[in-house]
Amino acid sequence: MTDQAQLLPGTLDLLVLKAVSLGPLHGYGVLLRIGQITNSALLIEQGALYPALFRLVRQGLLKASWGVSDNNRRAKFYELTAAGRKRFREETEGWNRLATAMTAALAAQAEEA
Amino acid sequence: MNIFHRSPRTEEMEEELLSHVQLRADDLERSGLNHAQAERQARIELGGRERWKEECYQAMGSSFFESLVQDIRFALRVLRKSPGFTFAAVVTLALAIGANAVVFGIMDSLLLRPLNVPQWESLWGTMYGGNIAWQSYPNYIDLRDHNHSFEDLAAFGMVFAGLDTGKDPSVFNGFATSGNYFDVLRIQPYLGKFFHASDEHGRNSAPYVVLSYAYWHSRFHEDRSVIGRVVGVNKHPFTIIGVAPPSFQGTLVFVSPDFYMPIVNEEQVTTEGLLSARGSDHAVFEVMGHIKPGVTPAQATADVNAVGASLEKNYPKEVARGNTSLAHEGLTSFGPDLKGFLAGLMLLAGLILLAACANLGSLFAAHAADRSREVALRLALGSSRRRILRQLLTEAVLISLAGGTAGLWASVVLLSRLSTWRPFPGTAVRIPVSPDARLYVVALLLALVSGFLFGIVPVRQVLRANPYEVVKAGSSGRLGRRMTLRDVLLVIQIAICAVLVTASLVAVRGLVRSLHGNYGIDPRNTMLASVNLAMAGYSIDKVPGMQKSMIDAMESIPGVEHAGLVNGYPPLVYTAGTRENVFKTETSDLRNSNAAANPYRYEISPGYFAAAGTSLLAGRTFDWHDGKDAPPVVVVNRDFAGKMFGSVNHAVGSFYKLLDGRRVEVVGVVEDGKYQNITQDQQPAMFLPSMQSPANAFFLVVRSHRDPQQLAAAMRTKLHQLDSGLPVDPKTWNELLSVVLFPSRVATMSLGVMGMMGAMLSVTGIFGMAAYSVSKRLRELGIRVALGAQRTQVLQAVLGRTVKLLAVGSAIGLLLGILATRVLAYIVYQATPRDPLVLSGVVLAMALLGLVATWIPAQRALSVDPMMLLREE
Repeated sequence: MTDQAQLLPGTLDLLVLKAVSLGPLHGYGVLLRIGQITNSALLIEQGALYPALFRLVRQGLLKASWGVSDNNRRAKFYELTAAGRKRFREETEGWNRLATAMTAALAAQAEEA
Repeated sequence: MNIFHRSPRTEEMEEELLSHVQLRADDLERSGLNHAQAERQARIELGGRERWKEECYQAMGSSFFESLVQDIRFALRVLRKSPGFTFAAVVTLALAIGANAVVFGIMDSLLLRPLNVPQWESLWGTMYGGNIAWQSYPNYIDLRDHNHSFEDLAAFGMVFAGLDTGKDPSVFNGFATSGNYFDVLRIQPYLGKFFHASDEHGRNSAPYVVLSYAYWHSRFHEDRSVIGRVVGVNKHPFTIIGVAPPSFQGTLVFVSPDFYMPIVNEEQVTTEGLLSARGSDHAVFEVMGHIKPGVTPAQATADVNAVGASLEKNYPKEVARGNTSLAHEGLTSFGPDLKGFLAGLMLLAGLILLAACANLGSLFAAHAADRSREVALRLALGSSRRRILRQLLTEAVLISLAGGTAGLWASVVLLSRLSTWRPFPGTAVRIPVSPDARLYVVALLLALVSGFLFGIVPVRQVLRANPYEVVKAGSSGRLGRRMTLRDVLLVIQIAICAVLVTASLVAVRGLVRSLHGNYGIDPRNTMLASVNLAMAGYSIDKVPGMQKSMIDAMESIPGVEHAGLVNGYPPLVYTAGTRENVFKTETSDLRNSNAAANPYRYEISPGYFAAAGTSLLAGRTFDWHDGKDAPPVVVVNRDFAGKMFGSVNHAVGSFYKLLDGRRVEVVGVVEDGKYQNITQDQQPAMFLPSMQSPANAFFLVVRSHRDPQQLAAAMRTKLHQLDSGLPVDPKTWNELLSVVLFPSRVATMSLGVMGMMGAMLSVTGIFGMAAYSVSKRLRELGIRVALGAQRTQVLQAVLGRTVKLLAVGSAIGLLLGILATRVLAYIVYQATPRDPLVLSGVVLAMALLGLVATWIPAQRALSVDPMMLLREE
C-alpha cells in the first residue's frame, strides 16, 4: 500500500461528492468507488469517511436514506442534493483552475538570459 | 429527548457502523478469509471505535449536547452501579448545601432586603441606643426640620395598649408614628386610607388607627366594614381608618405591630408630657427617611450629627448626644449584631461545604482509582483524555446537582417553618424569612462549584494513568506509602471538623456560663405581671394608692413571700433599660459633659428587692414612708457606690444630684447585677422610690414557691377584684428572661448543629478512608495474619495512618479554633476557647469520632481469615 498517495486536505469532500454524483452509494460503496475511480492511488481511512459523510449531510449537500445493498445487506445510501450538485460543479471548476495553474507553474522553465 | 435512552441518532450511527463492517466483511470473505477472521479484520480496519464515534458526533454538529447526553447516560449507569457511593455523596452534599442555603436564606431575607417597601435602598434610619437622644419627640421635630439630607423624616415608637373592640379587652402592641410615616415609606393602604402629616393639628388631634393586615385577619376576620368603626384604645375613642398591606409588617425586622396610630395622640395612651419632654427617650424609637438623590449616606450622617451638635449646644441639660450612625431601615436596631452573627455562621457553613468537598474529593479519588482499569481500557480504545475527564466531571456535577436539589428543598422547608415560627407565643416577635430566586441561584451555583471542586480531585490521577501499566498491573496495585492527595484531603476535613467542634463547645460553655451568671436577681420562683393603669383610665395622682392596694392584695395571696413593683420594665425583660446622668452635689451646670456617671435608673416600691431576690449589702431599703413628701432617697448598686464614692461603706449617707436637680441621699447599697442584657459588662444602677415618681406602667414582682400556674390564677383573681377592666397576664421571670437569652440560645443551637454536621462529615471521611485502606489490603493482612501477626500489629498496619492523620488534623483544627476566637466572639458571649474544659472536650470529641469511624473497618481487619482470602485469589 506504500504506493498510495496521501490525500490533500480538503480533497476528501470533493472525492466523496464525485463518487456519489455517479449514483447513490452507501458508505462502504463510496470507499470502493473512490478506490475504483482513482485506481486505488489515494488512501482513505475508513474511519475518516463517515465524519466526512455526516458533515456533508449536515451542510445539506448530501441526503441519506436506508436501503438494501447488492448482497442484501441493510445499508444507508447517500445521494447528491441540488445544492450538492451545484457545489460539486463549483468545486470541480475550482479544482481544475488550481490544478491547471499548479501544473503550468511547475512546468515553467527558467528563462534563458 | 429522553436522556435516559440512546438518542435515535446514536442508534442510527451504530447501525451504519455495523452495516459498514458487514459489507466490508462480506468482501473480505469473498477474498478468501473465513467469516470470523473477516469480521475481525473489518473492525480493525475501521480503527478506534471511540474516536470514530466522537469525530462523527462532531461532524454531525450539535456535538456538545449529544455528547453531554451521552456522558449523562453513562454517568447515570456508573452511579447506579455503585449505589452506596452515590448515596453517601448525595447525602453529604445535601447536608452541606442545605446548611449554606439556610444561612444564606436568612441572610438574604434579613440583611439583603430588610424591608418590603419601595426603594428601600435609599431609606436610612438612625441607630437606636446608647446616649443618642433622637428618642425624644422635640428632637425628632428639630432633626426633621433642620436637616438638609432627607426628603422627609418619619419617626415611630412602640406602644402597648389595651384595645377594646367590644369583646374582652386585651393588650396589643402597636407603633405610634409620625403622620408622614406611610408617605415616607411610600406604601399604599390595602383597605381604607392611611393618616398623613396633614392630619396632625397638635396634641390628640388625630384619633385614628390603621390595622396591620395580620391583625385585621385574625381579630376581625377580614371584615371590610371595620373601616370607620370606633374602638377604645386605653379607653380613648379612636377610629379605624385603614388596613396596611399584607407585605408590610412595620419597620422593625423582628417585631410586627398589630396597629399604627399617630404619635401626636400617644399621650392619651401612655404618659402625659411624653411629647413635650426633650430629655425623654421613650417617645421615638427610630427616625428614618429617604436620602435625597445625590446625597451619600456619609454626608447624611454628618448632617444628622451637625443638627445633633447644635441641639446639644442649645439644650445642654436634656440632650445627651453620642455620635449617630445611619443604617438601612430595618437593620438599625439589630443590624450590627445580626450581621456579625450571620457572617460568622456563613463562614462556618462555608467550612462545612469545604469539608464536604474534601470528603467527596477523596471519595471520588477512591472511586476513580477503583475504576482505573475501565479508564485505561477506554484510553486504549482511542478515547481522548479530555473526553474521560469530561465524563468524570459529568458524574461529579450530576451528584452535586442531586445533592444541591435535595439540600435546597430541605432548606426551603426549614426556612418556611422558621418564618411561621413565633419564638415567644403571644408576642409580635417573628423571624421574617422567605426563600427567593436569589437563594435558588446561590444554592445551584454552590452545588456546581463544589461539583467541579471535588470532581477535579481525581484529574491528576487520570491524566497520569498509563493504560498499558494499569491493565497489566490489575486492580490490586499497592497503596502508596507517601503522602497522597487523599491524605491531605482527610487532614483538611478533620481540621475543619475540629474547628466546628471547638466552636460549638465554646458556644455551649458560653451559654452555660451566662445561664449560671449572677444577674443580681433571683428569677426562680418569681412571677411578673405587667400592669398599665392608663389602660383602665387612671389619672397619675390615683396611681400610688392603687399600687399600694395591689401590692397588699398580692401579699394576701397564701404562699406569697414578698411582693413589690418596678416602674417601666424590670431588669432583663425585653432588653429594656433607662439610663440617666447623675452629678456630684457641687455641680451646678447639669450639662451632659459634666455628668459623674450614667447609671440605669429604676423606680421601685418597698418590698421590690425582697421579691426580686436582690440582696442588700449595706444601709436600708425603702418603706412606705418614703413617699412624695419624704426627703428624696436612693439605693445604688455596688458598682455605682464604688465609682461614685469609692466604697460601699462610704456610699451610705452620701449625697449626689439627679438630672432634675434634686439632691438625693444614698440610704442603701445592693449587689451588682445585669440590667439590659446578660452580655453587658457591669454597669452602675440606682433605685429610686416609685412613690416619689409615680408612673402608670409597671411590673408587679411576686415571690412565692407556689406552682406558677396556680399563682398566676390567684394573682389574676385578686387584680380583677381591684379593677375588672385591667388586662393582666402574669408570667414567670424565667419565661421573660428567655427573650434576653434568645440570641445566645439561637447561637448555641446553630453552632451545635454546625458542629454536629462537621462531626458527621469527618466520621464518614475517616470511615471511608479506613474502610478503603482495609479493603485494599485484605490480602496483605491475610498473609500477615498467616505469618503470625498480632492483633495490635494488624490494626497498626491498617489504621495507623488514619489515626496519625486524625491526630494531625485535630491538632491543626484545634489551633485554628483557638485562633478563631475573635470570629466566635461575634457569635457567642464569653467565647474563650482557651478554657481547659473546652480544650479537653475537643480532644475527647475528636478521639470519640475517630473511634466510631474506625470501629467497623477495624473489626473487618481483625476478622481477616487468611485461608479464605488465599483461596479467593
